[in-house]
Amino acid sequence: MSYVRVAVIGIGYYGFKPSVPDLSFREMMLEAAMRAYYDANVDARRDIDVFISCQEDFWEGIAISNEFAPEPIGGVLRPTMTITGDGLQCIGQAYMIIKSGLADIVAVEAHAKPSDIESIQEIYELSLDPQVRTLNIANPLFQAGLDAIAYMRWSGARREHLAMIAVKNRSRGLLNPRASHASKLSLDMVLNSKPVIYPLTRFEIADYTDVAINIVLASEEKARKFTEKHIWIDGIWWSTEVGSGAIEWHEWGRMPSLRLASREAYRQAGLSNPINQTDFAEVEDRFSYIELLALEELGLAPGGAHRLLESGFYDANGSYPVNPSGGSLAVGLTLEATGLWRLLEAILQLRGEAGGVQLRDARRAIVASWRGPPTYTSTVAVISKE
Amino acid sequence: MRSIRLPGMYLREEDLRKLVGVIEYTPRARYSYSAGQALSEFLRGLREGRILGRLCPSCNRVLVPPRVYCEHCYTQTTEWVEVPGTGRVESVVVSYIGTARERLEKPEIIAVIRLDAPGYGRDSFDFAGLFHKLCGVTEDDVKSGRVIGLRVKPRWKPLELRTGSILDIECFEPEVVESERA
Repeated sequence: MSYVRVAVIGIGYYGFKPSVPDLSFREMMLEAAMRAYYDANVDARRDIDVFISCQEDFWEGIAISNEFAPEPIGGVLRPTMTITGDGLQCIGQAYMIIKSGLADIVAVEAHAKPSDIESIQEIYELSLDPQVRTLNIANPLFQAGLDAIAYMRWSGARREHLAMIAVKNRSRGLLNPRASHASKLSLDMVLNSKPVIYPLTRFEIADYTDVAINIVLASEEKARKFTEKHIWIDGIWWSTEVGSGAIEWHEWGRMPSLRLASREAYRQAGLSNPINQTDFAEVEDRFSYIELLALEELGLAPGGAHRLLESGFYDANGSYPVNPSGGSLAVGLTLEATGLWRLLEAILQLRGEAGGVQLRDARRAIVASWRGPPTYTSTVAVISKE
Repeated sequence: MRSIRLPGMYLREEDLRKLVGVIEYTPRARYSYSAGQALSEFLRGLREGRILGRLCPSCNRVLVPPRVYCEHCYTQTTEWVEVPGTGRVESVVVSYIGTARERLEKPEIIAVIRLDAPGYGRDSFDFAGLFHKLCGVTEDDVKSGRVIGLRVKPRWKPLELRTGSILDIECFEPEVVESERA
């Protein structure tokens, strides 16, 4: 196939705080968009062909919330669309539209204002099958606990390994100005705190963050016309597990969606041995265990993720840094904007603009996002610099 | 409107709910929206009996309800402009049912008000505008089409009852009452 290459030419963000009470979600979207368009050197009303927003009505608290997407991002009376999914899925759509030749420049937006949601646990509950809701399970995140136990069972990972993820990511975040939930932790602090959903303690469950993120993508030709900073999308794919069927049937302790998404993304990017052909990864870690599980499914854990973790393999100064940004445990959970900031952090690394968390010699990265519980949708991207 | 009672067995709500195959669930979704820079100031203005808009320095339109950006020019708006609050009815409807499809005792008259504000052509498709209820007009006035284009002004709540809400305006009412017009 001789389709065009797709580059990220602009990034913008606003927030990364537990609460941004002085701006509306629309104003946050504007702030992120203006920064991204300035970075990409494009005029929103003239140069951008398509606008895509990833959002979900119940997070917004607005039905048919796609109607609110165009205005703040410059998409009024232009092709604007909304996808109910994680921000990285929107990148996948933008990638296809550009690759197909339909558009040259596409802006992708996702935002989250969990501080505006007073009943976030109830929204999670609402995402369960109506039949399951009848059980009145007090904490709708019980699924994460079930998954963690199932993962530990097959992998041999122990409680300590999960706690080590919290220590690694939350401490690393202290170097990242975008990580509002960073803290210096010790293994004992994590292990000695009361479980929220066994085996997970509060340190192992990501806290919420308000953010707006905008990323501008372009065809190679336009990328070279507008900017000199190009980060290439070498491959991107996604997959959804049961969810319309029954969560009960989910492959517990595994993430087939992530496995399948990654294999196709690697194929597109021409990777046969991803751990040797990429330099670092930003992956799902809204729960401690899920980072280890993600590494297994991404094929980035020869011999077992928990054993490599023990040896410091995934540390920022290790052989293969994972979540050098501090991950969601430090940066936070930003609803549908989560995958987009993982991508943002990876782009900053490749551009050499990651500041305190900058890695040496970062040329190619894997970004993996997951959306759940309970939908279990995963998206994986492989990105590189020139 | 009269309803005719037809013969036969009537199903009651409670009978339906007793059926196996129905799962009842009431979502508990609660939010507290941050109004943000533009709307917060707008709401403060309403409490003072003022309708505030934002000026786009590029197309010179005054946006009401205000935004910190102009959606057409994609430029940040630069200053606050008070508009008089007067305007004319762009479109108007009579609504006979409530959100749960229950018949309202008194029908509601809801209008789009095209506010007097700088930067727009007289009949331009875009305008500074608000949704609100209309008072001082009848159902028949609306149905006859006489209300379209009618000059209106806000009827403010007494100062001590205002809270910084769109409800600080009770309704929009005709600028000139019928008796004065004659």
